[in-house]
Amino acid sequence: MAKLSFHHNDGNVDVLDVDTGASVMRAAVTNGVPGIVGECGGNAMCATCHVYVREPYLASLPEISDDEEEMLDCTAAPRDEARSRLGCQLVLDNGLAELEVDVPDNQV
Amino acid sequence: MENIVIVGNGQAGVQLVDSLRAEGYAGKITLLGEENQLPYQRPPLSKDYLAAGSQPQSLPLRAASFYRDNTVDSRLGVQVIAVDRRTRTVRLGDGSEVEYSKLVLATGAANRELTVPGSDLAGIHGLRTLADAEVVHARLDTVRSIVVVGAGFIGLEFAAAARQRGIDVTVLEFADRPMGRAVSPAISEYFADAHRRAGVNLQLGDGIASFEGRNGHVTTVVGTTGRSYPADFVLVGIGVEPRTELASAAGLPVQNGITVDAAMCTMDPDIFALGDCANYPNRHAGARTRLESVQNATDQARHTAKAIVGEAEEYAVLPWFWSQQGNLKLQIAGLVRPGDQTIVRGEPATGKFSVFCFRDGELAAVESVNQPADHMAARRLLGQRRSLSTAQARDPEFDFRNYSKLQPAVAG
Ligand SMILES: Cc1cc2nc3c(=O)[nH]c(=O)nc-3n(C[C@H](O)[C@H](O)[C@H](O)COP(=O)(O)OP(=O)(O)OC[C@H]3O[C@@H](n4cnc5c(N)ncnc54)[C@H](O)[C@@H]3O)c2cc1C
Ligand code: FES
Repeated sequence: MAKLSFHHNDGNVDVLDVDTGASVMRAAVTNGVPGIVGECGGNAMCATCHVYVREPYLASLPEISDDEEEMLDCTAAPRDEARSRLGCQLVLDNGLAELEVDVPDNQV
Repeated sequence: MENIVIVGNGQAGVQLVDSLRAEGYAGKITLLGEENQLPYQRPPLSKDYLAAGSQPQSLPLRAASFYRDNTVDSRLGVQVIAVDRRTRTVRLGDGSEVEYSKLVLATGAANRELTVPGSDLAGIHGLRTLADAEVVHARLDTVRSIVVVGAGFIGLEFAAAARQRGIDVTVLEFADRPMGRAVSPAISEYFADAHRRAGVNLQLGDGIASFEGRNGHVTTVVGTTGRSYPADFVLVGIGVEPRTELASAAGLPVQNGITVDAAMCTMDPDIFALGDCANYPNRHAGARTRLESVQNATDQARHTAKAIVGEAEEYAVLPWFWSQQGNLKLQIAGLVRPGDQTIVRGEPATGKFSVFCFRDGELAAVESVNQPADHMAARRLLGQRRSLSTAQARDPEFDFRNYSKLQPAVAG
């Protein structure tokens, strides 16, 4: 199990306990977390699963692939060089058992 | 009585619910779907869902709470069998009726069936629904040799996934190139080579003559060239037919899809159609089109919500599409047509390149392989109805991505 928190701009926080192996996008869509769309189903093709990862977790993230890198330049909300990631590329596993992200204002 | 009734709870139907509420519609919405599951995304079914080792999980379109929070009368496992335009009611399979003020047909498409001798043997499957994918996934653990009929997107995505699991895969395609209806020859050629390198036995120019079996189960596929291929599993991916039966029975015009105008409205001002089942005038193609893509379903849903709640405007969104075949990522902005002049930018040998398609001297579409930034730049450019010259496209020094970000000189 991993603990995943989504911070929204209105101050609300969604906290989920998710199975390891799930991606941030899948966990959000399955649990109805607002603001994460995931339109391509996790192929790094749509950039509608954009999240800003909170500082303490940045070091434990998987590397950004070339494709994710290019899609991050095309997110609807501005990219934050240090913190922006695609939620579908962040898989919660043993190396990432806890994560807190900020949800952007818009995805499309 | 106000009640927007949506037939079909796939990508388009569910997005429409979302968009109607986002547009401020507060009245009743009834969402009717014949499948028994919570509405789910189809694209992963031919990709991640089939991956080895993983416990397959479907990906819902929205969480269960979405339907409650938006006070939608969502009914699963109910089929709409008739539309009565005079009384403004739809009849359901269980004999009950639902009245509508506006009706939206989001019925999608159904797999085209193969009708050759032996096509009723066990072991021959299609892939459209979650139920299909469950059966297919369960079989992949034990099958030894697969024949895929049709080298379209779904056939090739499936073939790549099966190869990644180490299964012998033959793909039979009647045409002389894969994905021929939707991509340029340059892309067809690249993907044909790439799949062959991954070990797929791709047979072009061979269709299906018959299936042979033992004890009611398929064992062999016989091609139209007379060659035969062993198979204990066959996946048929020869395209889909739009589900137009309700519309035609209700007297609405149908031609390769339910005919709608530029606001997604049928001939009946109270009935709309969208997504895979709808045939609409496409500004970018300059012709009527029916598209099968997530983008088409969701953008048309956003548009239809506006048309129902407020002013009916012309639908003019740029079509785009993606396919993931093994580690090959294909993205298409705009619509590729036979006869387009094509210019390849980048080096296909590196596995990253784009094909620029020109029609009458104007950029009409861009196909990108493992180049998401090119794809997004193309979407921006084409979406603004801007072009570039063929000389620019040919010039390797030309900075296409930056160019796409420049503002058009003359607006409108
Ligand atoms: C395996 C697979 C992979 C795909 N991959 C991609 C991809 O990578 N990229 C992409 O862009 N697109 C892809 N697509 C296409 C995309 O999923 C479709 O274009 C999209 O789902 C169309 O949405 P829709 O709402 O029009 O139809 P659908 O999603 O098919 O939904 C229609 C629904 O209506 C229901 N229905 C129909 N008639 C009735 C009735 N009379 N009563 C009640 N319910 C009814 C059906 O059961 C169905 O659930 C894929 C499709 C499949 C099958
Ligand atoms: S779900 Fe589409 S990019 Fe992540």
